[in-house]
Amino acid sequence: MEFPLLSLIVFTPVVGAAVLMLLRSDDAVRWTALGVTVIDLLSCVAMLAGFDTTTHEMQFTETRLWVPALGITYALGIDGISAPFVFLTALLGLICVLASWVAIDHKVKSFMVSLLVMQALMLGVFCALDLFLFYVFWEAMLIPMYLIIGIWGGEGRVYAAFKFFLYTLAGSLLFLIGVIVLYFHGGETFDILALTAQDLPFRVQSWLFIAFLIAFAVKVPMVPVHTWLPDAHVQAPTAGSIILAGVLLKMGAYGFLRFSLPMLPEASVYYSTPMLWLSALAIVYGGLLALAQDDLKKLVAYSSISHMGFVTLGIFALNLRGLEGAILQMFNHGVTTGALFLFVGLIYERTHTRSIADYGGLMKAAPIYTTFLALFTLSSMALPGTNSFVGELLVLSGGFAANLAAGVAAVLGALLGAAYLLGMYRKVALGPASVGARFKIRDVNTREMVAILPLAVLVVWIGLYPKPFLNIIDASVKHLLTQVHKGSGQ
Amino acid sequence: MSIRPLLAVAVAGLAAFAILLLNNREKLRDVVSPLAAVAMFAIVASMAPTVLAGGTVDLRLFEILPGIDFAFRVDALGMVFATVSSLLWIVAAIYSIGYMRHLNEHAQTRFFACFATSLAAAVGGAFAANLFTLVIFYEILSLVTYPLVYHHEDEEGWRGSRKYLVYLMGASKSVLLAALALTYHIAGSLDFMAGGLLSRVDASAPMLTVVYFCYLFGFAKAAVMPMHAWLPAAMVAPTPVSALLHAVAVVKMGVFCVLRVVFHVFGTGLVDGLGLGIATAYLVSFTILMASVYALTRDDLKARLAYSTVSQLSYILLGAVLLSPVAMVGGIIHIAAHAFSKITLFFCAGSIYCASGKRNISDMAGIGRRLPWTMGAFFVGSLSMIGVPPTGGFVSKWYLAWGSVEAGEIAFLIVLLASSVLNAAYFLPVSYVAFFGTEAQESPATVIREIPLMTIPLVATAVLSLSMGIFPDYFLTLAEGVVR
Repeated sequence: MEFPLLSLIVFTPVVGAAVLMLLRSDDAVRWTALGVTVIDLLSCVAMLAGFDTTTHEMQFTETRLWVPALGITYALGIDGISAPFVFLTALLGLICVLASWVAIDHKVKSFMVSLLVMQALMLGVFCALDLFLFYVFWEAMLIPMYLIIGIWGGEGRVYAAFKFFLYTLAGSLLFLIGVIVLYFHGGETFDILALTAQDLPFRVQSWLFIAFLIAFAVKVPMVPVHTWLPDAHVQAPTAGSIILAGVLLKMGAYGFLRFSLPMLPEASVYYSTPMLWLSALAIVYGGLLALAQDDLKKLVAYSSISHMGFVTLGIFALNLRGLEGAILQMFNHGVTTGALFLFVGLIYERTHTRSIADYGGLMKAAPIYTTFLALFTLSSMALPGTNSFVGELLVLSGGFAANLAAGVAAVLGALLGAAYLLGMYRKVALGPASVGARFKIRDVNTREMVAILPLAVLVVWIGLYPKPFLNIIDASVKHLLTQVHKGSGQ
Repeated sequence: MSIRPLLAVAVAGLAAFAILLLNNREKLRDVVSPLAAVAMFAIVASMAPTVLAGGTVDLRLFEILPGIDFAFRVDALGMVFATVSSLLWIVAAIYSIGYMRHLNEHAQTRFFACFATSLAAAVGGAFAANLFTLVIFYEILSLVTYPLVYHHEDEEGWRGSRKYLVYLMGASKSVLLAALALTYHIAGSLDFMAGGLLSRVDASAPMLTVVYFCYLFGFAKAAVMPMHAWLPAAMVAPTPVSALLHAVAVVKMGVFCVLRVVFHVFGTGLVDGLGLGIATAYLVSFTILMASVYALTRDDLKARLAYSTVSQLSYILLGAVLLSPVAMVGGIIHIAAHAFSKITLFFCAGSIYCASGKRNISDMAGIGRRLPWTMGAFFVGSLSMIGVPPTGGFVSKWYLAWGSVEAGEIAFLIVLLASSVLNAAYFLPVSYVAFFGTEAQESPATVIREIPLMTIPLVATAVLSLSMGIFPDYFLTLAEGVVR
């Protein structure tokens, strides 16, 4: 038995949360939470260092019997598709603690406990190789997220938390039904790898695809089941938004990659064209909605819908560039939009307004803040040289290969992205300096800088030298493609 | 492998960094730009012998995506652009100091830092070995020139700079992005190749035609109508910016990109085979004539110069798309000829403004007697724009005219001649009024005289315009190297 690195990664935050319960002072809670997330992140770095990029096989696997009667096991493992997101979750976990340092000023202990438990569950989702285990992590995530939005959120927090809960739960129920159907059709096993090897009849695949689609589409979110997202984002505290945008939205796309494509290849190919159109719709519609926003946080929230449209477009292009671009874009979106929500939080802490019209001329008052905001804004609009451009180029190149018209629609979305993001930046950072007079603005401090810098480094690094990241996902994506093509008889 | 292409870019990048660090030490800060300019020119010039002999200087840094590297390759076409930009940066750096000090402008550190970064981007683009690397520098150039356009931070500045960004970013995030993704999809690479990257792949003619026009309009810096409106709007920038960036570095980056697409992405054979050459020639001919007509109607000197630039940029493209070797040579050397003359004209406009506060041509009656050097240089620049021997403009126009005859396209010969007449019609009256017009009564307090830090650079560029007409060999050799 190897050293159980993945169990360590998944359960370090749980142990940390237990320790937090024993502490009294808020400061001790904060520092301990920070320490826990640092340890977790370092474990993930160790994991990536030991990651073998030449194989698509699951790595760092652990298997223990859990409920033998039902064939349920405790099985963890990662491949090139999940590894980037394990790392991203741990990184954003650390940034969430830093972002909540002063922003959360009541029930600090409960908040940090929720945050750490949330992190453990998210890591569990990406590592689980047993469908039942996956489902447990997947559903359990709802609880801490509900608490984070419902207790520490803004004025409409209860409504937003409830809406989030209901939408996701409704999706999850269909997922549960799908899991049960899969269990009985796939030889009464919950082993994800074994289920992947099944050759299900097309009719079954088709129904399962639709059930999974609804479950995952709510998470992504795809139009028209996206309406919970802006509410949840606007009401959530900064850390909640970072988790939502950075990790939770990735889970839907991850579901497509882990379940829909390899388990239901025939249905995936069959439904790929409507999926491309739904993606193009999300890209354009999300972009138009973002263009109409006056609230900074809503703008970033709606932009996520558009950006996740690029991800699903790449996935259902069902070719190498599209898939690699989609996974890279998932990671990029986590980094960039996570950073943008962090920046929205930073400015909200200082001004207590999120209305874009209230800002202006921030460049003069806070040059460091606005410089980094520029970097992440440009990354979000996928300027050449930043991380998102590489992903966008891959997705579009794959998208054009799959469906020319959907590709053209996506380009229109890219143009909208430039419009609302540059417009936002111009109104916030440039123009006459009215902010200095009305609000007391201080530039970023060291703690905030520590949170910003790793994300900034990733933006430029992936923008210019994405090879190490693409190497990680490459073998698994190629394997996934052969699964899809073999299964669909192409 | 040689590190020199990267060094040339880095020198300007580091200069920008140094300028930021020396924020509070004005004298020291102001020395950085001219020094960096000289260093950059020296590095560029050191690669000239290799390129003139038909070789290239290569530097492959690392792989970005399969088929796409971050790489530099100094060839003849890049050398033309890099020589012109780095050489003119030396004079523009000195001129800028004179201009900014004289007007006591605000935010000078930001100004000089952005200026230096623009040059890094321009030369980086000139040396880029593939579309990906080129586009990175292209976008950096858009971004760092944006603060230079809104420099005055007044209502006019915000409005002009907004238009600037909307056009440039809008074009690159829509049609240019589509063109890049399609090219990568079709060819699996974005490398520049002799004879054309896309000429080796199997793709349908309608698809290639769409990609071609996406590039032509996506590189909005080339200012082909209707993507030209950002250029007059950018005239709200301080004059040194209009001079070096919006007459040389930025706009030439645009036409340079289009030339790259015609020569090294499509290849002249493919452009000809698809029948795109003549179609583009008509499009740019329209731009040449329309922009000249616009220029005629502008009284603001800088606006007139801006429309003249729109018109002249299309000369360069016309030469390229006529696809006859002689016309292509004419188009390429017009990059240099137009740069030397147009920067002179802008320098003069700035000098007039600093000395007298005048911007409108109708107010400039008699100013030539007060500013003889400035208006003398202006006259030389005008002659070159019109194409009168022995100026640089004559050489390029001669090749363009000869090329259109060689291509058997007499219509474009007529366009060239008609636009020359228009050039004369909107430039010569300026000189005439300045030297022979009757001066309006000024209050005796206004003393209008030459400002040495500005006059010396503008005389230097006027001399460059002339000497390019007398010794065009350097640029001709390079241009023939591109066409060969």
